[in-house]
Amino acid sequence: MRAHIRFILGDEAVELRDIDPTMTVLDWLRLEKGRAGTKEGCAEGDCGACTVVIARPQDGRLSYRAVNGCIVFMPMLDGCQLLTVEDLKAPDGTLHAVQQSMVDCHGSQCGFCTPGFVMSLFALYRNEESPTDQRIDDVLAGNLCRCTGYAPIAAAAKQMYQEGPAAKDWFAAGEADIVARLEALADGETLCIEADGRRLYAPADIDGLADILEQNPDACIVAGGTDVGLWVTKQLRDITPAVHIGRVAELRRIEETDEAITIGAGVTYDEASSIIAAHYPDFGELIRRIGGLQVRNMGTIGGNIANGSPIGDSPPALIAAGAMLGLRLGSERRTMLLEDFFIDYGKQDRRPGEFVEYVVLPKPEPNTHFRCYKISKRFDQDISAACGAFQLRLDGGNVADIRIAFGGMAATPKRAAATEAALTGKPWTEETIEAALPATEQDYTPLTDWRASAGYRMAVAKNLLRKFHAETSGPATPIRLVGDGRLAHA
Amino acid sequence: MRDDAPSERIAGGVRESHRHDSAHKHVSGEAVYIDDLAAPAGLLHAYPGLSERAHARIVSMDLSTVRAAPGVVMVLTAEDIPGVNDISPTGLHDEPVFADGVVQFHGQVVFAVIGESRAQARRAARLAEVEYEDLPAVLDIAAARSKAELVTEPLTLTRGDAAAAIEAAPHRIEGRMEIGGQEHFYLESQIAMAIPGEDDEVLVHVSSQHPSEIQHMVSHVMGVPSNAVTVEVRRMGGAFGGKETQGNLFAAIAALAAKKTGRAVKFRPDRDDDMAITGKRHDFEADYRAGFDDDGRVTGAEFTFAARCGFSADLSGPVTDRALFHADNAYYYDAARMTSLPLKTNTCSNTAFRGFGGPQGMVAGERVMEEIAYALGKDPLEVRKANFYGGPGRDVTPYHQTVEDCVVGEVVEQLEAKCDYWGRRQTIREFNAGSRHIRRGLALTPVKFGISFTATQFNQAGALVHIYTDGTIHLNHGGTEMGQGLFTKVAQVVAEEFQVDIDKVRISATTTGKVPNTSATAASAGSDMNGMAAQAASRTIKDRLIEFAAEHWQAPRDQITFLPNRVRIGSEEVPFADLVKAAYNARISLSSTGFYKTPKIHWDRATGRGRPFYYFGYGAAASEVTVDLLTGEYRVDRVDILHDVGRSLNPAIDIGQIEGGFVQGMGWLTTEELWWDDAGRLRTHAPSTYKIPACGDRPKIFNVELLAGATNREETIYRSKAVGEPPLMLAISVLHALSDAVASVADHKICPRLDPPATPERVLKAIDALTRANQGEAA
Repeated sequence: MRAHIRFILGDEAVELRDIDPTMTVLDWLRLEKGRAGTKEGCAEGDCGACTVVIARPQDGRLSYRAVNGCIVFMPMLDGCQLLTVEDLKAPDGTLHAVQQSMVDCHGSQCGFCTPGFVMSLFALYRNEESPTDQRIDDVLAGNLCRCTGYAPIAAAAKQMYQEGPAAKDWFAAGEADIVARLEALADGETLCIEADGRRLYAPADIDGLADILEQNPDACIVAGGTDVGLWVTKQLRDITPAVHIGRVAELRRIEETDEAITIGAGVTYDEASSIIAAHYPDFGELIRRIGGLQVRNMGTIGGNIANGSPIGDSPPALIAAGAMLGLRLGSERRTMLLEDFFIDYGKQDRRPGEFVEYVVLPKPEPNTHFRCYKISKRFDQDISAACGAFQLRLDGGNVADIRIAFGGMAATPKRAAATEAALTGKPWTEETIEAALPATEQDYTPLTDWRASAGYRMAVAKNLLRKFHAETSGPATPIRLVGDGRLAHA
Repeated sequence: MRDDAPSERIAGGVRESHRHDSAHKHVSGEAVYIDDLAAPAGLLHAYPGLSERAHARIVSMDLSTVRAAPGVVMVLTAEDIPGVNDISPTGLHDEPVFADGVVQFHGQVVFAVIGESRAQARRAARLAEVEYEDLPAVLDIAAARSKAELVTEPLTLTRGDAAAAIEAAPHRIEGRMEIGGQEHFYLESQIAMAIPGEDDEVLVHVSSQHPSEIQHMVSHVMGVPSNAVTVEVRRMGGAFGGKETQGNLFAAIAALAAKKTGRAVKFRPDRDDDMAITGKRHDFEADYRAGFDDDGRVTGAEFTFAARCGFSADLSGPVTDRALFHADNAYYYDAARMTSLPLKTNTCSNTAFRGFGGPQGMVAGERVMEEIAYALGKDPLEVRKANFYGGPGRDVTPYHQTVEDCVVGEVVEQLEAKCDYWGRRQTIREFNAGSRHIRRGLALTPVKFGISFTATQFNQAGALVHIYTDGTIHLNHGGTEMGQGLFTKVAQVVAEEFQVDIDKVRISATTTGKVPNTSATAASAGSDMNGMAAQAASRTIKDRLIEFAAEHWQAPRDQITFLPNRVRIGSEEVPFADLVKAAYNARISLSSTGFYKTPKIHWDRATGRGRPFYYFGYGAAASEVTVDLLTGEYRVDRVDILHDVGRSLNPAIDIGQIEGGFVQGMGWLTTEELWWDDAGRLRTHAPSTYKIPACGDRPKIFNVELLAGATNREETIYRSKAVGEPPLMLAISVLHALSDAVASVADHKICPRLDPPATPERVLKAIDALTRANQGEAA
């Protein structure tokens, strides 16, 4: 076991012992390190002012990920390079292309959100050569600006490539060296970081994880920390012992067979999105709208399931697609239909010490239609008022099989059993839909809260079935406002 | 050819799109905000304990566990205040620093913990045991209307006999509109850091638009004279009105704690607490009634503006006044009567927010135009144009100011052509006719916004300019920088006056020690007032330099010209720095204050008559949207804006204000929804629940232009116009475009009465209501 954290800050090797394992990267930078360029806007991962970049070796290069420093715990940096806004200028003081383009495009007004935007743009600049307008909006969806109205920032995201290619900025020159140094840090040790009465384990393999959880059955499992981070920053909860699964290699895998995609519990949304989108375009589009990119770079589908939230966005889609969940306790493994995992509000079928190991997403069968719809006040980076997913298999114009699941409509992500029953075996027509819709009221009794009223949730849930029908029958007409309008549907 | 030909210019003079003075620091993280200041040795942190009831008597408060918590140095309550427990900005004595005996809203500060670290103070603040006895709580406008308790004096504006005019009119409409509030969501939350000085002195760094008010409040709370308190503000991370008065609490507590402990104290609330504690844009209920002729011309209009003000007055008086001043927007009402109802509620005390009540007034005025259009079956733009101010007999406002500078007709006519309003109107009609689930909408709305503080005494400003012997200039003025580019614009003015490159002008933090008795940087008047004051200071020094040069070089005054970075004196050219050095050697004062007061304005609130505004800002926007009839979701596809900023001091900064103001206004009218639960607890208290526009929400096509050839008929700084607030109201076009799309479901026969914020839920509700009404009519 290793009792210290090792990472690289800019160019500086850092080793930290006796550090509170739930100290956030933002607090460490500002309070311990005196790096005040990174700002705190909300301390909950929703505004992006604290955006920093984490670089990890990937295929001999560095992959740059923008994350919200306010909800990343320090041990999660182990084995990574951390870059902040202070690192961007060249050694001679010249502004980086990203910074210069923000200046030239008048991309800052009050300037408080600016370091976060700069870091999101920096990761984009290093990773991608010619992002589309839609991609730029996606990359910036997790950064809020209250002054500019965003147009000059989006302009800067184009302008930065005119300042010079990423291959020639001063990070390119140092890349190989950083890769080598990070690879030298990669050991198979389990981390045990402890201070101030708080302890966090970060095992490097799955057996180690199973052991630690068996010994600490009440431990708080942390994957990306995009939910648990708020327990610490907002509720001031002590989460100890905590077990971080981000280092567990086996949980970070995606495996594909002819029939299914198996996604490890430690795979982030962003890592999973392309393969999911390839088979379920609408699910890919849904993932694009989960959090901002900073959240998708940390948050995991496993965590989105395991936390049992009734408003998590991936469970309805996974349930509609017939996903299975794999759990492990010690050496004992079991699988279940995902929908059976959710028992009641805050209650899942997970025993103390047990952990979600993977989720299996079956590939769509022929003659199936899959759609999901996220309804929220704001398109990007919002939490659903209701999220509906539909999978339909037709047999000669009749409904052979339909699976409908909703989030935001009940205490758990839940299937619309009565509506499904009312549709099954019937011709896939508007008349069938209209006749089935009253059943939705048997399926769900939604609540009124700040995201939506019960009445709206019910009305929109019904309308989404109408929309699903309209999108899967007759001529293909564009009847949605999000995405780039070029979804290739299954 | 003269060597001062136009090709030769100083860098950063007026009218140049000079970058924000701090841009290079913003992008590198080097711009210092208060939380970034190097911590003084022994810095302590304050954290508040908040009321958990909307309205209750405090039966008992046990703070012993708080005091015993790790790192706690002190706990402060109302009893610890040496001066007066009040930070009411209007002197009404209705806003305590710490609740004393009674809490008046959920989130009111009851005590403050002073700890060695912020985390320790924050944890300890949750340990208090407070016993409450609930009192009846008034949580919304409906309840407040029935209780009818006002926080301040209402205002009535009367011109002609509106009731009689409405009765006599051939057509009438009436209705009620709910208008939502808005959280400022400045990215930098409220913050203050106080450093104790000698005797009774204290230095307060605070994120505030109004350093002088902070100074007065701290002095008041501490029971010390104003000259003991110095307040400094270099920059804010956004403010939008939310730091006009709302910083008082944080500064007062930090100063109190600093003096009690003898150590520096910083006070920065968490975002959620900031949102629970501080006031927001007022939500309103507007009742309207209008009579009009066959052309849609308003013959009489009546409005009542009921506002949720919260537990105290704060700025609710002038905010609700300004709603009345803008219910006419750009339209002439032959007779009008408008009344405000500033209602007391047990919620946070609502405050200034960009537009300051004007947007709420204007959005109600625009509803009237819309209603008239539906009543007559006309395009709303035709009705708007029929009602514009203009010409004799149609140029007097409901507050009896004559509109002398109206360019709204010109702006709208140009925009109408530029954006092809009528062509697109037709295209949209055709699209909608063939589209079952997706509909488009288009609207073009104007803005006329009055510039000046309606309280005449606030329309004054001061500046202080020094020139050092190397020819570099130090600039200070009473305005504050919140991102709007004020410091850049005023530096451009000074650079222009002395004809030196702007990098010779050092911008310095606003401080009450240099320029006293300043007004808030508000009412869009920052550049108008501080620019003029800095110009006055510069001209005083310049006059001295000219006088000196004339004598020293034996040249007539009229042969002394300031050229870029040098001065021509007779036939000789002297570098600016050399002239300055020579003047110093001749013992010429190189420092001056400058002062400005806005001319011509006067306002008699008792009679509702006067000229509250020096001039008006104008603009117009055309917005096109697409609406999903099944979900109520929408997208803003295209926006075209034409805005009048007079002769712009800095076009890039002005366009930035227009774009940013528009998107902020769009947020207010669409996705930004404040939601209190039955216990009076704000549940949309963080960006996870309160949704301001994100990058992808900005209009897909966004054409923003400044009105070409514009000027200001009044003698403002270089004939520019204020730009801070007016563009926010251009976003009313988005609300009306949404309404237009919704109206298509009933063939544009029924006014959708879509109230803001037009969340997808509200839009779907309007669609369903119109669909049902239409089916009912058909049946």
